[in-house]
Amino acid sequence: MGIVNRGFQGRQQQPGAGLIPPGQYLVDDFPVLTAGPTPSLDLDDWDFTVIDESGAQVARWTWPELRALPVEEITADIHCVTKWSKLGTRWTGVAVDTLLAEVETDAEYVVAFSEGDYTTNLPLSDVVDGQAWVAFGYDGADLDAEHGGPARLLVPHLYFWKSAKWVRGLRLADDDEPGFWESVGYHNYGDPWREQRYWGD
Amino acid sequence: MRWRVGTVAETVPETPVAVSLRLDVPDWPGHRAGQHVDVRLTAEDGYSAQRSYSVASRPGAERVELTVLRIDDGEVSPYLTTVVEAGDQLELRGPIGGYFVWEAADARPVLLVGGGSGVVPLMAMLRHHAALDHRASVRLIYSVRTRRDILYRDELAQLAGERRSVTIALTREAPDGWSGHVGRVDRDLLSNRGWPPQEKPRCYVCGPTPFVEAIADALVALGHEPADVKTERFGPTGGA
Amino acid sequence: MQYAPLDGNAAAGILSEVFVAEMTVATTTCATCGAMAKVGQLPAYLSAPGTVLRCAACGAAQVRVVRGRDRVWIDLRGVQVLQVGVESA
Repeated sequence: MGIVNRGFQGRQQQPGAGLIPPGQYLVDDFPVLTAGPTPSLDLDDWDFTVIDESGAQVARWTWPELRALPVEEITADIHCVTKWSKLGTRWTGVAVDTLLAEVETDAEYVVAFSEGDYTTNLPLSDVVDGQAWVAFGYDGADLDAEHGGPARLLVPHLYFWKSAKWVRGLRLADDDEPGFWESVGYHNYGDPWREQRYWGD
Repeated sequence: MRWRVGTVAETVPETPVAVSLRLDVPDWPGHRAGQHVDVRLTAEDGYSAQRSYSVASRPGAERVELTVLRIDDGEVSPYLTTVVEAGDQLELRGPIGGYFVWEAADARPVLLVGGGSGVVPLMAMLRHHAALDHRASVRLIYSVRTRRDILYRDELAQLAGERRSVTIALTREAPDGWSGHVGRVDRDLLSNRGWPPQEKPRCYVCGPTPFVEAIADALVALGHEPADVKTERFGPTGGA
Repeated sequence: MQYAPLDGNAAAGILSEVFVAEMTVATTTCATCGAMAKVGQLPAYLSAPGTVLRCAACGAAQVRVVRGRDRVWIDLRGVQVLQVGVESA
C-alpha cells in the first residue's frame, strides 16, 4: 500500500533465487535483536541443565564440563522472522543430541529457557538428530554477548527466534508450552520454508 | 493512527551531515512541541523500513520540519539526507507522543538538555516559546562534538535573549576563542547554566541513551525531582 | 557493550495502532513488583521481533507487542493495572 520511495533500497541485497525462504532477503551484517538487556554472565556461575517432564533436574553441566564435551563445527543458513537471512554462518558447539544422550524421556516437547525471562518452545523431535546445538563459537571466535554468548541455542531449520540467546537449559514437557514470542502472535512452530511467521500461518 | 503522505517542499542542509526536510502535509492535525513522527520508506519490491524523527518545527508552523542526522551505515538516514529532494513524497505517521511535550500553558521555568540530534524536539519547544513570546524562562544546554556539528547554529544565536539562554558544550574540540563550554555536560554545568532545584523547573533531556541517563541522574543528584525530569532516549547512537 | 534500550516514547507509534488514548502518559503498575511508572519512561526494546516494555525497577516484561501482517497482538500480563487519563466527567 502507499507510495514507493524512488531510489530507496534499504539494507537488503537481491534475494538469491531458490536459496532463501520466501519473503526473506540477504544481509551482510549480523543484526542484533533483543527483547531485553544483555545479561552479563559469570562463567563460574553458569550452568546448563536439563529438566525432565516431572520437574526433576536430570542433567547439568558447568561451563568447563560443557566445554569438555565433543564439539562440532556447524555451517548453516539462518533466517530471522524479521526477514533477514544469512547464508553459511559458522558456529562451534555441542549437539543437543549429546546433551540428551543420557536422558530418558517420553516427553514430546521441550522449552528452552535463557538467562532472564526468555523462553521458546519446540517439539523434541526438532532438537535431536543433528538439528540443534548449544553454540558458544561464531565465525571462529567466542560468541559475543550481544549475539547470545557465552552460549545460545542454535536451531537453524526454524526461524531464528527459536535459537534462544543466553540459553541456560532445556525443560522437557508433555504438552506444548508457547514461549516468550509464541504466546503473543509468533507462530508456534516457525518453519521459514512455509513462511510460518505468525499465528494462523 | 493512520499514515499520511507529506511532500518535501524544501531540503535545508544544517551541517555537513544533517539535513532538515520541510514537508507540506495537507491533512496535518497539528502537533505539540516535543512530539515525533514515524517515517516509512518503501522500496519497489515492497521492502520497507521505518524510523522515528522528532518534529523540529513549532506547533502552528506552516510546514512540518524534520531534522535528520546522517548515520553512515544507517539504512534510512543516508536516504533522507542525500537522496530525497523537493517534490518527493514521504509517508509519515503522527504526531506521536504525549509524555515528552512542552505546552504553552506551563508557566514553570524550563531546562532543555540535548545531546547531538537530541536537540531537535527541544528546538520545537524553543521555537514555540519564541513565537509566543512566552513568559516562562527557558535555558538550553546543548552538547555536540565540534562546532561543525551544531544544528540551528545561527537561529540559536538569534533566539538567545531575555527569557531564553543557550549554552553550547563542545565535547571533542573547540575553536580558538570559543566562549561556550568545552567538555562534557557535567553537574557543574547543569548547576551553573541550568536552574537551581528550588525553582522547580521542568527538565527535558533528549539524545543518545547513555547521555540521557547520565544527565537525568545528574539532575536528580542535584536535587531535581525525578518526576520533573522528562527523558527521551534516541538509542545508542542517537538514531539512524 | 550493554545494549542501551530506548524508552516508551519510541513505542508510542505501535501503541497508537491499538489504543485510542495517548499511551506514553498512561501509568502502569508492574504485576511483578508493584512499581508504578509512566509508559514513556519504561525501558523499551524495539529491535526484537516485537516491542518489549520492561519495568524500570525489576526488569520484568510488562508489555509485549507483535505486529503481524494485519493484526497486532499485545500481551499485558506484566501489567497489573493500566491507568489512562480521560476527560473529566
